[in-house]
Amino acid sequence: MSYFSDIYNGIKTLLTGMSVTGKYFINARKEIITQEFPDNRDTLKMFDRFRGEVVMPHDENNEHRCTGCQKCELACPNGTIEIIWDRVVDEETGKKIKVIDKHIYHLSMCTMCGLCIEACPTDAIEWSQNFSNSSYDRTQLTKVLNKPGSKIMPGVKDKE
Amino acid sequence: MTTTTENNAFKSQEYFINMGPQHPATHGVLRLLLTIDGEIIKNIDPDLGYIHRSIEKMCERDSYQQIVHLTDRMDYLSAHINNEAVCLVVENALGLEVPERVKVIRTIIAELTRIASHQLWWGVMGMDVGALTTYFYGFRDREMINDIFEETCGARLTMNYNIPGGLMFDLHPNFIKRTKDFIAHFKTKLPEYDTLLTGNVIFQKRTQGVGILTREDAISFGTTGPVARASGFSCDVRKHHPYSAYDRVQFNEAISTVGDTFTRYQMRIQEMWESMAIIEQLIDNIPDGDYKTATNAVIKLPKGEFYQKVETARGELGVFVVSDGKKNPYRLKFRSPGFSNLSALKKMAVGSKLGDLVAIMATLDIVVPDIDR
Amino acid sequence: MNIPLSITKNIHNWLFEVMSAPIATVVQNVLIAVVFLAFFALAGLLLVWMERRIAAFFQLRLGPNRVGPMGLFQTIADALKLVSKELTGPEKADKFLYNLAPYFVIVASLMALSVLPFSQEFHAFDINIGVFFLIAVSSIGVIGILLGGWSSNNKYSLIGAMRSGLQTISYELSVGLSILTIVVLAGSLQISEIIAAQQEGGWFIIQGHIPAIIAFMIFMIAGTAETNRAPFDLIEAESELGAGFHTEYSGMKFAYFFLAEFINMFIIAAIGVILFFGGWLSPFGITESIPLLGVFWFMLKVLGLIFLMMWFRWTFPRLRVDQLLTLEWKYLLPINLFNIVLMAIVVLLGLTINF
Repeated sequence: MSYFSDIYNGIKTLLTGMSVTGKYFINARKEIITQEFPDNRDTLKMFDRFRGEVVMPHDENNEHRCTGCQKCELACPNGTIEIIWDRVVDEETGKKIKVIDKHIYHLSMCTMCGLCIEACPTDAIEWSQNFSNSSYDRTQLTKVLNKPGSKIMPGVKDKE
Repeated sequence: MTTTTENNAFKSQEYFINMGPQHPATHGVLRLLLTIDGEIIKNIDPDLGYIHRSIEKMCERDSYQQIVHLTDRMDYLSAHINNEAVCLVVENALGLEVPERVKVIRTIIAELTRIASHQLWWGVMGMDVGALTTYFYGFRDREMINDIFEETCGARLTMNYNIPGGLMFDLHPNFIKRTKDFIAHFKTKLPEYDTLLTGNVIFQKRTQGVGILTREDAISFGTTGPVARASGFSCDVRKHHPYSAYDRVQFNEAISTVGDTFTRYQMRIQEMWESMAIIEQLIDNIPDGDYKTATNAVIKLPKGEFYQKVETARGELGVFVVSDGKKNPYRLKFRSPGFSNLSALKKMAVGSKLGDLVAIMATLDIVVPDIDR
Repeated sequence: MNIPLSITKNIHNWLFEVMSAPIATVVQNVLIAVVFLAFFALAGLLLVWMERRIAAFFQLRLGPNRVGPMGLFQTIADALKLVSKELTGPEKADKFLYNLAPYFVIVASLMALSVLPFSQEFHAFDINIGVFFLIAVSSIGVIGILLGGWSSNNKYSLIGAMRSGLQTISYELSVGLSILTIVVLAGSLQISEIIAAQQEGGWFIIQGHIPAIIAFMIFMIAGTAETNRAPFDLIEAESELGAGFHTEYSGMKFAYFFLAEFINMFIIAAIGVILFFGGWLSPFGITESIPLLGVFWFMLKVLGLIFLMMWFRWTFPRLRVDQLLTLEWKYLLPINLFNIVLMAIVVLLGLTINF
């Protein structure tokens, strides 16, 4: 007798399984979860905390907030950030201060851990939400974050 | 007189096949050296090391803040829990008391991670036994958790949200609403998992009575997590050695005594219900307060040895730190759950068929980077 | 009023009018071959597209939607890609058998295709042992699979091929016996006569009621197994064997296996329609006066059964190899034998439902 009840129960469980997929098939128009990525580029908005790549914001006078203190370089676990800096004489005080020449960011080595941005005392670098960073040439992934000719915003100082 | 050559044409013969390192069922670059007689497995010899990245050695180089992000890459499906383990060991060694808010947030995110990991496992489990549709249903629900993580932590998988002393930044304002939405959504979808796969007669026949691991073997192989609990070994770190906010929530440890593939499957389904219960208890009363305590920019642990274990989605993750007082550890050892669980594979799968091996591997929930580190 | 549709007969007569008999025979055969090859390719491509689209909807995806309207030309683009691919193969393969295997598979399914009636008198090959021919020819395909798996010099392929052998031999029995159940009811092996019997007394699934429904269920299960599709896809079980018997095939040779699988699915569904759902007959005879619509009804029913098989595939987990045999020898075969007796009693006592 259990032979027949096995068959009956087996078929019943198979049909309940089919009802689940069948329900989704009928409602497929509503339930589809596919995002057609390159097509929805205009409407696609990343979350504001999304870690895309590290950028250095500049204001309209081409000024950034980086003092060249190298805390980000020290905090980085992978050697992603390299800072080439120089010492120049400050015109106001006459003291020698650190000025960045190039803030180099190797996107190819970055693991998006966010420690550099946590470490920055002057909020000079932040995350951008740009995520499509692919390129045909690896050298394009080495970026210089400060724009050419930019200088430090007046009033931003190292807390030393 | 020479004897006539023996007729070997119809002699049964064992043969050897390589399962992996490139094989769909090994979920990564795990290589199994199988000795097979027809369809029946005679011997299994796992060959590891294809994705060894020397994370433990790299930890000796890095400062304690930097170690945290490396642990993301071990068991990437419970990234947050790994981070938490390292943070806890550093905090305990320093005698640092983290704010209550941090403990609760860590617990909620850890449970979300566990659900996300089990959802992925459920989808892949279905795929391994041949029901391809489960994969997409599992991922549909996991996507909601990933969105929650992305909004709060900035990343979907390798979150690196913990730092020694607290969290990197505070919760996103939408976090509570999104989490509640997810719980409400998933409570309607989890029963569907049961109707689609658990109740299916083919699935039950495939898994029941297959790959049995006894309680004694489970303990002697050092298995933990759902694998050990399915065999009746109560080993939930959250229950026995509570950390973070687990001491203030009510939940049941999923446990059974059968120890076959189907029970291991059920344990994880049950854990998803329990995780949802934990989140529901905590989500409405996240205490106010700071999201981190101040630590020195350079953390130096006192001289000595420190150990902390946490319950990841796969089992017990232990972090053992030997410090000589410098800013980086002298030696750091991870006791990864996947490695011990894999060692029991031979015990479970020898004597069963090739198709069973795939199902057993699926219920071990192997993450190969966790095994190799 | 009944407009006779004698496409095949008219063409046959016309050919024999304009040219001498031997040439006409040759031309006729070439014509039929071209038509069936074209049908083979088109139906295969369409079915692949349909499978991908339906699978996508089951899985909450979109499926192919880039090439052509609703992605209809996607499979054609894929076929072009496969044609242009290099035919690689293992160095130590048995080259002759390795290259022969895809043709076995494809020839077997082409031959089975030739006896299917698409509408009234729209038939290439209406022999009096039609059903028997179908059973005989459809089992040739397994030789191709066995050859392919064995000659590839790959252990995964070999396991797949061996599984294929035992599976096809076992389930051949159930397909044959469930077809025989209907033959008992129809009283003929000729396909046109089987359909004619349904024209008089209603579709066999209704005419034969309980035994016919049991036979239909067994036929669908065994037919799915015969075409090596999930939940019986142990032969290519991708989570166990990679790709099974066609692991080592590439390019067009792989495409032959792939197309043959879909054509076999079409054939199984077509046999199901002929035996249980009245072939090209319209429901309640609503369009009986326009026989050309028979093609439409036939295709509609076939696609319905194919959809059912796709539904199986995207819902169920795969069986294990011993359960596969248990299902056949302990469940399907005894039920089937009992069912034939039941059908014989039903026919003998005239308990069929006729209207």
